[in-house]
Amino acid sequence: MKRVNIFAWFIFIIGVIYFFLPLFSTFEFSLRMKKGVYSFEAYRVAFQDPKFYYNFGSSILWASLTIVFSLLLVVPTAYWVHWRLPKARPIVEFFTLMPFVTPAVVLTFGLIRLYGKPPLVLTPTPIPMIAGYIVLSLPYMFRSVDAGLRAIDIRTLTEAALSLGAGWGTIITQVIFPNIRVAILSGVFLTFAIVMGEFVFASLLGWPAFATYLEEIESMRPYTPQALTLVSFGITWIMMILIQWLGRGAPGAGEAAVGH
Amino acid sequence: MGVVAESSTRHTDGGAPQARPRNSLSEWTAWLGLLPFFVFALMFLILPSISIFYNSFMDRSGNFTFANIIALFTVRDIVNAYRTSLTISLITAVGGGIFGFLLAYSVIMGGLPRQLRSFLLTFSGVASNFAGVPLAFAFIATIGNAGLVTRLIEDVLNTDIHASGFTIYNIYGLSIVYMYFQFPLMVLIMAPALDGLRREWREACENLGGTEWHYWRYVALPILMPTLLGTMILLFGNAFGAYATAYAFSGSFINLVTILIGAQIQGDVLYNPGLGNALALGMIVIMSLSMTGYITLQRRASRWLK
Repeated sequence: MKRVNIFAWFIFIIGVIYFFLPLFSTFEFSLRMKKGVYSFEAYRVAFQDPKFYYNFGSSILWASLTIVFSLLLVVPTAYWVHWRLPKARPIVEFFTLMPFVTPAVVLTFGLIRLYGKPPLVLTPTPIPMIAGYIVLSLPYMFRSVDAGLRAIDIRTLTEAALSLGAGWGTIITQVIFPNIRVAILSGVFLTFAIVMGEFVFASLLGWPAFATYLEEIESMRPYTPQALTLVSFGITWIMMILIQWLGRGAPGAGEAAVGH
Repeated sequence: MGVVAESSTRHTDGGAPQARPRNSLSEWTAWLGLLPFFVFALMFLILPSISIFYNSFMDRSGNFTFANIIALFTVRDIVNAYRTSLTISLITAVGGGIFGFLLAYSVIMGGLPRQLRSFLLTFSGVASNFAGVPLAFAFIATIGNAGLVTRLIEDVLNTDIHASGFTIYNIYGLSIVYMYFQFPLMVLIMAPALDGLRREWREACENLGGTEWHYWRYVALPILMPTLLGTMILLFGNAFGAYATAYAFSGSFINLVTILIGAQIQGDVLYNPGLGNALALGMIVIMSLSMTGYITLQRRASRWLK
């Protein structure tokens, strides 16, 4: 038994080194902008660039749009599947898992070829990109909303609301949504983390974004990309901690992160 | 759960006599509720896929041809790209799978303090979602030409690893980078599976005189095997579809299928638009095969676990 324990520690320590060495190196690298001394110069330069705010802000906008439309699409659909059409579940689930079959590059390629020429030209608008992000978020969104709906008694809630004279809009926004809010949030945070770091769609469809900006400044300004890499890592980390924190005691929440 | 919900629906419908004549109509309106979702799926998933499929069999002037599909197996750049992508995916799926399994085993069953376990799971959640451009930069700062580890080796051993022919800008270097998001994913999926191994199974094995070896060889590993293989397939697909990390890490030095498709979008580098479609179709086929394998194994796994 003791031998096994040493082996476990050994593996764990290798894992920790593998996790943290790149982070520590990135931090050390980001401090080396001024020759010979460690300084936060790279961070100062990075946060002084107006383009940083423009691209970072764009990414936040894309993430917000993705979250809003993804929720508008997923919540009523998942609710309807639970309440009226359980037999549609396999089909809906199949589509939510499609991003695992069509990688982002392939989907971008298909969208550009399809909507880059008449009859329907969408490439001058951000619609293909946002749609792509929604597709990427579908597995996580559907999973968290689904788990949230499973944890509450939607039949009783819906029938109670119907018999009190509520319409479908009221039921979704006033009854169902508040009850699965916590479960939804884990999908929302994960989507936020994914879109903030996403590169493929923005780069190939030509829209400003945090990741494409990061890639652009790499050749022009050494050291600052590493400073912003830590910012990006921080965003992902905060989102994961929020998901975990929500998962405490809330039914269905926190499942999205393990979903994959 | 779904079965229960379904049967209770039938019960309520059957109990309300006035609903019977309208049954088929209400079924129709019920499907209408899913219309927005299906329109979205049609526009942004199905039609793009159909377009890729259709155009794979079109030549430049719009006539039917098999030339693009044949080119997948004959044009050297394309064959090499597929070989490189498959190699990296295989290396990181097996490597990440084995190391991720051992790591999950260590924190779940290795007798490590409980806090380490939740720490590792949180961190795995972060790392498995930390990919793309920032990940590439983190590794450039670590083992790139001026990276911390490179300089440490230089100072301590007085050798310049990059001068002596070593480079991380090849498929092995890229594999090391991919591992960063591969094995945490394995940890996230294996940890609950290891938790699902029941104490009774081990006790039953011990009561029958089995050793630790017997337990793993005849009980635990056979139960875990579908999850283990299934997750490795998932890791394979995860690496196969990755683009941004490789793009930021090596420019276009490493000729992956995804990189080639990206280049084809930006400017017809293959000088044949149909070929891009065929490349994309090839990826979809490979990804579909691996997803089918994954789902099949997942079904097997759920026989004992969960």
